[in-house]
Amino acid sequence: MRGTLRDICCHNGWCFNGSIIVTLSVNTLTLIQFILNNETIATSLPPGTVLLDFIRYHQHLHGTKIGCREGDCGACTVLVGEHVNGAVHYQSMTSCLMAIGNAHTKHIVTVEGINTDGLTPVQQAMADEGATQCGFCTPGFVISLTGFCLSSEATGTEKAIASIDGNICRCTGYKSIERAAARTTAILAGCTEEDRLNFLVRNKIVPGYFSGIKERLQQLQSMVSTRRLPDLAATQERPRVLGGGTDLYVQQHSEMTYAPIEFLFDHPELTAIQQENNTCLIGPSVTVSDLMASPVITTALPSFHQYAKLVSSTPIRNMATLAGNFINASPIGDFTIMFLALDAQLVFTMQQQQRTVPLRSLYKGYKQLDKSPEETIQQIRFELPGANTLFHFEKVSKRTHLDIASVNSAIRLEMNGNEIEEAGLSAGGVGPVPMYLAKSSSFLKGKTVTVELVEELITVMKTEISPISDVRGSKAYKTLLLPQLIKAHFMTLFPALAAQYTAMRNQG
Amino acid sequence: MKNIDSYTHLRGESVYLDDIPVWNGTLYAAVFDSPIAHGVIRSLDFRAAAAAPDVYRIITAADIPGDNQIGGIVPDEELLASTHVHFCGMPIALVIARSDEAARAALKKIIVEFDPLPVITDPREAKEKNELIIPPRTFQLGDTAKAWSQCVHIFEGRADTNGQEHLYIETQGAYAVPQEHGTIRIYSSTQGPTAVQRTAARVLGIPMNKIEVDTTRLGGGFGGKEDQATTWGVLCALACALTQKPVKYSLHRMEDMRMTGKRHPYSADYKIGLSSEGKILAYEATFYQNAGAAADLSPAVMERTLFHCTNAYFIPNVKATAYSCRTHLPPNTAFRGFGGPQGMFVIEAAIAKAATAIGIPAWQLQQKNLLETGDEFPYGQKAESEASACWEAAEKAFAIKQTAEDIKVFNASNAFTKKGMAVMPICFGISFTKTLMNQARSLVHVYTDGSIGISTGAVEMGQGVNTKMLQVAATVFSVDASRIRVNSTNTYRIANTSPTAASAAADLNGKATEIACHAILHRLKQVAASHFSVTPELIEIKNETVYANGVATEWDWNKLAGMAYIQRVSLSEHAHYTPPGIHYDATVEKGHPFAYHVYGTAIITTTVDCIRGTYTFDSVKVVHDFGTSMNTLIDTGQCEGGIVQGIGWMTMEEIVYDSNGKLRSNALSTYKVPDIYSAPGEIIIEPLKTDKDNLAIFRSKAVGEPPLMYGIAAYFALRNAILAFHPGADIPYDAPMTPEKVLMSLYSTK
Repeated sequence: MRGTLRDICCHNGWCFNGSIIVTLSVNTLTLIQFILNNETIATSLPPGTVLLDFIRYHQHLHGTKIGCREGDCGACTVLVGEHVNGAVHYQSMTSCLMAIGNAHTKHIVTVEGINTDGLTPVQQAMADEGATQCGFCTPGFVISLTGFCLSSEATGTEKAIASIDGNICRCTGYKSIERAAARTTAILAGCTEEDRLNFLVRNKIVPGYFSGIKERLQQLQSMVSTRRLPDLAATQERPRVLGGGTDLYVQQHSEMTYAPIEFLFDHPELTAIQQENNTCLIGPSVTVSDLMASPVITTALPSFHQYAKLVSSTPIRNMATLAGNFINASPIGDFTIMFLALDAQLVFTMQQQQRTVPLRSLYKGYKQLDKSPEETIQQIRFELPGANTLFHFEKVSKRTHLDIASVNSAIRLEMNGNEIEEAGLSAGGVGPVPMYLAKSSSFLKGKTVTVELVEELITVMKTEISPISDVRGSKAYKTLLLPQLIKAHFMTLFPALAAQYTAMRNQG
Repeated sequence: MKNIDSYTHLRGESVYLDDIPVWNGTLYAAVFDSPIAHGVIRSLDFRAAAAAPDVYRIITAADIPGDNQIGGIVPDEELLASTHVHFCGMPIALVIARSDEAARAALKKIIVEFDPLPVITDPREAKEKNELIIPPRTFQLGDTAKAWSQCVHIFEGRADTNGQEHLYIETQGAYAVPQEHGTIRIYSSTQGPTAVQRTAARVLGIPMNKIEVDTTRLGGGFGGKEDQATTWGVLCALACALTQKPVKYSLHRMEDMRMTGKRHPYSADYKIGLSSEGKILAYEATFYQNAGAAADLSPAVMERTLFHCTNAYFIPNVKATAYSCRTHLPPNTAFRGFGGPQGMFVIEAAIAKAATAIGIPAWQLQQKNLLETGDEFPYGQKAESEASACWEAAEKAFAIKQTAEDIKVFNASNAFTKKGMAVMPICFGISFTKTLMNQARSLVHVYTDGSIGISTGAVEMGQGVNTKMLQVAATVFSVDASRIRVNSTNTYRIANTSPTAASAAADLNGKATEIACHAILHRLKQVAASHFSVTPELIEIKNETVYANGVATEWDWNKLAGMAYIQRVSLSEHAHYTPPGIHYDATVEKGHPFAYHVYGTAIITTTVDCIRGTYTFDSVKVVHDFGTSMNTLIDTGQCEGGIVQGIGWMTMEEIVYDSNGKLRSNALSTYKVPDIYSAPGEIIIEPLKTDKDNLAIFRSKAVGEPPLMYGIAAYFALRNAILAFHPGADIPYDAPMTPEKVLMSLYSTK
C-alpha cells in the first residue's frame, strides 16, 4: 500500500509533492508563527489548516478570494516572503493549497497588506486601464503584479505578464490587464536591485512596513528555534510529509487539516541543487522555481526555463517539488517525462539503508511504484548533458499554459558527429505510466539522423505505447500526436532535417 | 469614467456573497445531489449523516411547505427530487450543519439507492423519442420550397456547437437570514433577484412581500446566475424558514460545475441555396437544442436561436425550425448570447461550406449578402442596418482583402505554419424577446444635503451597469459623480424586476433612472423658478450651479435640494420605463421584438502549428456599432472580454459528459478557459462612426452580449488555416475546434 498516493492525475499539468517521505525528526509544532501583512500571528490551529481559510475565516481578510480551491484560478494568490541570505525573497503562491504550517516564520502578504492611502501604482494602473470588471479575480492579479515588482526579475512587460500566468480572469479578455502590466513595468524604470525595497516603499508600491520585515522575520526565526517542542516520533499514524502541498491539498483537502504532518519547510539541506563533477544532485524539496533559477540546471539545459514555462503556473511552480512530480506517478507528469529521458536516479532511504533506483524502473503499473511506503527520497541525481548532448521536450495540451498534457515527450541524444551514440526517449499520456521508450531508445543507438530514421523510429515507438481515450484526448488523437512530437523533436534539434521535411512537403 | 467599483475591487474591499459578515448562530448548508442521471429513488438513509458531528438537520422534498417547484417558464423542475432524479447533480437533500466542513462531511454518509432508468444525452435521440420541452417552433420568410429551383448552388450539412461552462470566478451562493414577522432576507449572488423572491415565496408558500432579496454585486454571471442562482437562494430560504436560523451556502467549484447548467449544446441540419452571383436565395435549418432535464430558460434560448438564424444577412426565403430536446443533463441555461451564437454558427457553417465548394473565400459571400436597411428579418421586423457600414469601415481600417492576400503569401512560403483569417459580421437584437419583460423601474432620492441615492433593478456583475446608472443621474442633474451612490439591488426597494440579462439592463434601468431624474429636476426647477421669479424653462443647472435666465445664481445644488425640502417638494421619484414600439405575436411568429439591433464586423487571424496542431490568435480587429458610447472604457472592456469568451467557446472550452450523463470536465483542471497567454496578440476595437438615433440609453447601444459572437470567426479562421495546409481536409463543423480536432483535421484522409 502506498498510503499517501492517490490514483487521480495531477492538476495544472504538474504533479505535486504529496508523498515524499524524508527521514527527519518529527517536530510537532504547537504554535505556528508568521507575519500576516503587518501583524505577527501566533496560532495553535492545526498546522494543516489551509492558509486561505485562515486568512478569510479566522482573520476576516476578505480580499483573498476563493475561486477553485485547486490552484487553477489564482483568486487566492498571496505573497510569501522568506528570509534567505540576508534578504526577504517574495514569491506568489496559491493560499488554497498552502498549509499554515508552511507559512511558519514567513511573511504572508494579502491585498490588505499592500493597501495604502488611495491606490498603489499597480492598482492605479489597473484602474486606469479598466483591468477590473467584476473584481473577483482582481486582488489576485494585484498581488501577483506586486510580487513581480518585489522580485529580482522585475524587468520587461513579458516578465510582468509571466507573473500573472496563474491568474484567470473571465471578464476582461486580459488585454486591459496586459496594458496595466506594461504600465507597471514602466513604473519600475529606474529601480535598481540594491535599492529595490526602498524604491518600492518610496513609490508606495508597497507600504513602509515592508522595510522592517527582514528584521522581524529574523527575530521570529530566532525565537521559534528556541521554542521547538521535543520530538513526538511515537505518533500512531505515520505522519504525512508535506512539501509544497499542491497535490495533497487538491486531492485530500478536508483530510489534511487534522492530519499529522511533517513539514519540510525549514530544512535547507533538502533544497540544495549541487554539481559534483558531471552529476547534478537535487534535494527532495527543491521546487520547480528553484530549478529554473539554478545556474547548474540552466547551464546544462539552456531551454529548461522554456520547458518549465509550459508546466503549470508561476505560483504553483513556486510551491511544487520535482520529487513530488516523480512520486505522484501521473502518466503525464511533465518533469517525470523530462527526467526519464535524462535517466535520473533516485536515492531512497529507509532506516539508514540506501537504495538507488533509476527513474526508468520506478513505475510498475498505473500509480504503482517500486518503492515501499517507508522509503523516502533522499536525492535525485542525473548526469548533466555535455557538449555533445542534445535535449528537447515537447508538450501539447488543450491550453498551452497551465494545463495538463494530452501527450508529452522528451528526448536526449548523445551525438558523435552525425551518429547517435546513446539515446533516451520518453513519452507521457500514451500508457498507464510515464513511459521510457526503451525499444525506441535503443533503436536509435548507432544510427545517423535522417528522415527515414525518424519514420522508422515512429514505427518502433508505436509498438511500445498503449494510449486510451480520456478527457485529455481520444486514443486516435494521442496515437497521431506522439509521432508528430517525435518529428518535432528532430526538426527542432536538427535544422537540416527540418529543411528536408519542408522540402518534401513543398514537393507534395 | 472608470468603473465606480474599481477602487474597492483593486483593494479587495468589494463585498461578494461569501464576504458578508455572518450572524452568530449561522448554519451552513450543503446539497446532496444525484450521482446518477436518471432513476427512481428507491431508498434514502440519512441515519449516519444525521448523527454526524455538528449536523443540525437534513431537509428533503417532504419538508417543503409550499410547492416543490422552481421552473420559471415551465413548471417542470423540482427543487429537491421527491421520487425521480433527472440529471447527475440534481439536488435530493440539504444537509444543515453548524459548520461548512461538517455539512460537507455529512454528505458522504448519506446512503441512497436507485432504480436506474435509461439515460439520454443526445438531443437528436431525445427528439426521436419525442422528449420535447415545448412544441417545436418555425420561423418562415418567403417560400423555400419554391426558391430551391432558382438556386444554382445548393449545399446541405450538419453543424454542431458544444456547451460552455460560465465559469464566473465567484461560485453560486446565497445567505438567508430570518427577520421578524416570518419574513426572510436572502443575500443572493443572482442576476434575477425577483426570480429568487418569487420562487422562494412559492416554495415556502408565503407571499412575495415576505421575501427580501438583496444583491450587491456578482463575481461574474454571464447568464449562469440568471435563473440558476435561484436554487441556492431558495434552498437557503427553505432551511432558514425551517430552522429560524441564518443559513448560508457558498458552493465549491466542483459542486457548481456539476450541479448547474451551461450554454446549450446544439446540433443542426442546414440547407443553403445561392444564385450564380453568390446571393443566398434560400436557407433552411433545423436546430436540436440540448435543453437538459428541465425547461429552465431553454424555450427562450431556443427562440433567440431562431431570431438570429440568419445573422447579419438578408435571405429572402427562410425556414428555420427548432426543437428543445429534453435530455438527462443538468438543465442548460442562459449564457451570453442566449442561443444567438448557436444560430449564427450554423449559417456561418453553411456559408463556409458553400464558399469552399464554389471555390471563393467565404468573406466574399458574407459581404454580398449583408442586410440593408429595410430588409425583412424572418420574424417580420425591418432592419435598420449598419451591417454594410461596419463591413466597409472594417475594410477601410483593417484591409480585409489585403489581409487575405498577405496570408496567401505567408502560407506559400511556410510549410508547417499556416495562417487563416475569417470575418464575422454580427447583428444582434436588443430587448427581451418576451416582450413583457421589457420594463424597469428606478428609485432616485435626493437627500437634503444634496447627495443622491439610486436603486434600480439592474445587478452589477462587472459589466459596469452601476457606473452607467450613476452617469445617467450625474448627466441629467449636472452634478459631480461623487454625490451619487448606486445602492444594492433589492426587491423591497425595486419590485418585479426583470433579470439583468439580454444586454438590456443599462437601457431599461438607465431610461427609468433618466425619467426619475428628470421628474425630480423638473420639480427642482420649479422651486428655483419661483424663487428667482422666472419661468421654470429659464432655470438650468450646470455643474451644480443654478442658472436663471442664463445667469449664474448664488444657489448651488445643495441649496436647491435644501430649499425644495423646506418647501415640501418631493426629492424622490420612482420611475417606470418600457421601450416603445416593441411587440411580437408568437402565433404567427411575426412582429417587432427588438428595440434595435447591434452590428459589427470582426476579422480574426490565427497561426496554426501544423506539426503539433496547436494555434495562437494573432489578432482580432473589429468595427463595432456602439451607437454613441457613453463609456468607452467600459464598453471596450465588454468587447474585449466578450471576444475572448467567444474564442474560448470556439476553441479550448470543451464540456465532456460521458454516456451516463456524468460530467467529466468537472473542474478547472479539466475544463480550460482562456488564460492570459491564449488571449489574441492584439484586439483592436474601432467604433462605427454614426450619429443615428436609437432607443438605447443616451444612444449608447447595449454591449454585453454582441461581442461574444465575434469569437465565432476563430473557428472559421482555424478552418481556413487547416485548409491551407491540407485543401482536402475533412473538418467537421463541430465546435470547439480543440487542438485535437485541428491535428486530426490536418492529417485527415478523406
